[in-house]
Amino acid sequence: MLPLVCALGAFMVPRAGRWLTLVAAAGLSLITWDMARVALSHGAQRYPLAGWGAPLGIELYADGAAVLMLALTVTVMGSVSLYAGEYFSSKHRHQNGSAHEGRAVFFWPLWLFLWCGLNALFLSADIFNLYVTLELVGLAAVTLAALEGGPGALLAATRYLLVSLLASFCFLLGVAVLYAGAATLDIELLRQSMTPGPLAWAGVSFMVTGLLIKTAVFPVHFWLPPAHAQASTPVSAVLSALVVKASFYLLFRLWFDLFSAVAKPPSAEFLASLGAAAVIWGSIQALRQERLKLLVAYSTVAQVGYLLLAIPLVHATNDSSGWAGCFYWALSHGCAKAAMFLAAGNLLWAAGHDRIAELGGAAKQLGLSMFAFLLAAVSLAGLPPSGGFIAKWLLLSASLASGQWEKAVVLVLGGLLTAAYSVRVLRQAFVPATASEQPPRPVPRLLEWIAVSLSLLALLLGFYANPIVRLLQVGAPRAGQAFTGGL
Amino acid sequence: MAWNSAVLLLIILSSFITGLVIFFLPDDRIRLRTTLNLTGATSKLLLIGFIMWGVHQETVFEWRLPLLLGIDFFIHADALSILFGSLSAGLWFLTTVYAVGYLEGSPDRSRFFGFFSVCVSATTGIALAGNLFTFVIFYELLTISTYPLVVHRGTKEALRAGQSYLGYTLGGGAVLLVGVVWLYVLAGRVDFTVAGSLPDLIEKQPASLKIIFVLLIAGLGVKAALVPLHGWLPQAMIAPAPVSALLHAVAVVKAGAFGIVRVVYDVYGVKGLAALGLMNPLAMVASFTIVYGSLCALAQSDLKRRLAFSTVSQVSYIVLGTATFGPVATVGGLVHLIHQGLMKITLFFCAGNYAETLGIHKINELAGVGRRMPWSTAAFTISALGMIGVPPTAGFVSKWFLGTGAVDAGQYWVLGVLLLSSLLNAMYFLPIVFIAWFREPAGPWPEDRKFGRWETHWMLLAPPLTTAALVLAAGLFANSPFSPLQWVRLIAFREYGL
Repeated sequence: MLPLVCALGAFMVPRAGRWLTLVAAAGLSLITWDMARVALSHGAQRYPLAGWGAPLGIELYADGAAVLMLALTVTVMGSVSLYAGEYFSSKHRHQNGSAHEGRAVFFWPLWLFLWCGLNALFLSADIFNLYVTLELVGLAAVTLAALEGGPGALLAATRYLLVSLLASFCFLLGVAVLYAGAATLDIELLRQSMTPGPLAWAGVSFMVTGLLIKTAVFPVHFWLPPAHAQASTPVSAVLSALVVKASFYLLFRLWFDLFSAVAKPPSAEFLASLGAAAVIWGSIQALRQERLKLLVAYSTVAQVGYLLLAIPLVHATNDSSGWAGCFYWALSHGCAKAAMFLAAGNLLWAAGHDRIAELGGAAKQLGLSMFAFLLAAVSLAGLPPSGGFIAKWLLLSASLASGQWEKAVVLVLGGLLTAAYSVRVLRQAFVPATASEQPPRPVPRLLEWIAVSLSLLALLLGFYANPIVRLLQVGAPRAGQAFTGGL
Repeated sequence: MAWNSAVLLLIILSSFITGLVIFFLPDDRIRLRTTLNLTGATSKLLLIGFIMWGVHQETVFEWRLPLLLGIDFFIHADALSILFGSLSAGLWFLTTVYAVGYLEGSPDRSRFFGFFSVCVSATTGIALAGNLFTFVIFYELLTISTYPLVVHRGTKEALRAGQSYLGYTLGGGAVLLVGVVWLYVLAGRVDFTVAGSLPDLIEKQPASLKIIFVLLIAGLGVKAALVPLHGWLPQAMIAPAPVSALLHAVAVVKAGAFGIVRVVYDVYGVKGLAALGLMNPLAMVASFTIVYGSLCALAQSDLKRRLAFSTVSQVSYIVLGTATFGPVATVGGLVHLIHQGLMKITLFFCAGNYAETLGIHKINELAGVGRRMPWSTAAFTISALGMIGVPPTAGFVSKWFLGTGAVDAGQYWVLGVLLLSSLLNAMYFLPIVFIAWFREPAGPWPEDRKFGRWETHWMLLAPPLTTAALVLAAGLFANSPFSPLQWVRLIAFREYGL
């Protein structure tokens, strides 16, 4: 029912795209709110589509994590839609140089397709549907990234497309192998028939590889920074905040659900070491970037590493602090990274370039955007008070409780590195403008305020943790019996 | 009860909201901004006075917000909170007056005062924090909000100082966080309670608790500038004078010291720590810092840098008093929290006045300044004598109790440290005073700015005179009710159950 709302919007008249998107956002947020309420009071829900249940029909499945990812999608997509509406509007066309109006025709339908795909992905309950939605998300994302035009963006988008197709292929291969073994695609039924053996191993490793590539995990992250940095501001915000999260969500989901018979702590350790490498490597790369958007993009590579780092923590803890910490990280990173990209986009708009060393004038002019950047950085670095801090607290206590020291070290070190590269940008607000700089162009207030409100949201996540963590426990693996919290 | 909780929130918000509003004011709305600042500062002062009375009557002030799986955001007011809270509220008021005068006409004032207020909110939050979790939140908020103040001028040196400041403090914060999370994993909840909250654990898991203690002290020691974690402090001198004053007397350095006091008294408890055998090592570190800081101070020719190293040394008196077992030493350490704040802020105000009025930065340029600026120099002299520990100033009271406390505890070597450091204090403060009063000025003073009938702008002069008067008063009237000393006795009696 959710994707339909979006799809309808996408087929409408292009000119109305902006407004239809907002209507969709409003509708979706109502629905998500309702689902959250239901999940909290009645536990995880299964929604058979059109009355046909598994194994024949298509089923949707909503537990706490899924609902929260939906909520994140609605929030980020909704506010970035507002942003995009202003960004692409004809009022500012002459300022941005290129003919944005023409692109906007394609932008809104694609945008809604992406949204539709994300929603479906978070709710799907069988692995073939997951493949379809993954593909939908991937293609929509690639096209959106290519919309910016220009040789750099096209090259980056082509690379992105190839990588994405390769990853989908891997995933599909894995699905096929599993199907050959079990003759069903429903996650629940598949899990029951899953036995450790070469067949399952092959299937699982294919699927995991595909998802890792899509999530841009350390050794296969190379496609992400150029693609995210070259895209237009609203697109990069959503790519970093949501699209990467989508494939990660799948990985995490399948790992603890479908793969639980096969996926054991040693292999989780392997993923975590990839994550740790990503945290360090991504942060160091971010420290070395000369351009703002690339810096923010590398920061995404690093932040995704935390999510992988959490996998063995979920294995090791019998309360749900690892699970909750991981998703809390995903949520706050979603808000904060979107805010950070929007703030970076505002700086780019004002200065006309994004060379960090020459942003002094623009940074002075855009106090609000710098403020948004600051709050986002605080959350990403896991400093209090912010959603990132809560997530870090949960992950730290999970790692200390289970005696996994090295993870605590990586968590802390990653936070420090994040602060270090953020400060490189933030300090520009204190530097007087260099002589060679152009006087900054005015940026619409709305654009600044959207960045600020997203970053404030990341901050507020630091104050509203209890209900969210409780929602996350709905359907969390191994939650319940050993869990003592909840006050 | 509801009103009692609201008061606590109001105390924090009185400066926080002020700060937020100020961010959005244009730079030239001077009068509105100053009014806001002073209103915030005054109301905070009044509110603190109100709960001070309440705590004296043993009224309970606390407010809890369940935040995360059995961990609360918890603020409360006990005697120790009031000690630190009243220091920060009082000195914030004076520093605001000073800063308004100091920054007159310079750019970016709204940003400055905005972060200034947020920084004070964080300090108050640290004072009122009721458990380690809340403490960490405000502790990091303090780091974040002081960074813009340190780099306020935007010069190369300021940025470098800011970088080193952030590197040290965030690193320390991370270490602290690991320690705190670990402690929560072991203990479940760590509320600050008089005489410690972990008596069972100390018997059961002494080894882990020892490591945690080292982590906590290392994390807090960065801000408290314990050697070898003090490197950021002298560099941060590049900040504008009101910031240095606030950093050294109230906010950052004191937050670290206060944190150590909290950990020793209200988390581990002195008896618990003594059982773990951790008091002496801490006292050694503090003593080493005291002597080392003084030696470094001797070597400085820049006035503010000398004061900075003196801070390194003086703040460790607090730690030393805390780490010496026995109520008398506790009194000495805690009372120094207030006394050092008063004295140091006076010194920095005066140093700022010299720099702002006459462009003096080096100690040997001070020659004859006593005749040009007698009031500032008098305030400086009083505080310098206080630092050395000459009666009847506040500094004498601190040292007296530290010394007798050490004798009580049977630790005579502490006496040696105190004597040596007083000697060193005299060696680096007395020459300054001498040069300022008795040496002939090298040339005529620059006379390009007129300040009316005072030697400098009155907003720059009133704060140091007030604090210098307080330094004298805290020494002379140490036995009157509600003097810092009496208040600290209350705390010490409650801690040792006397």
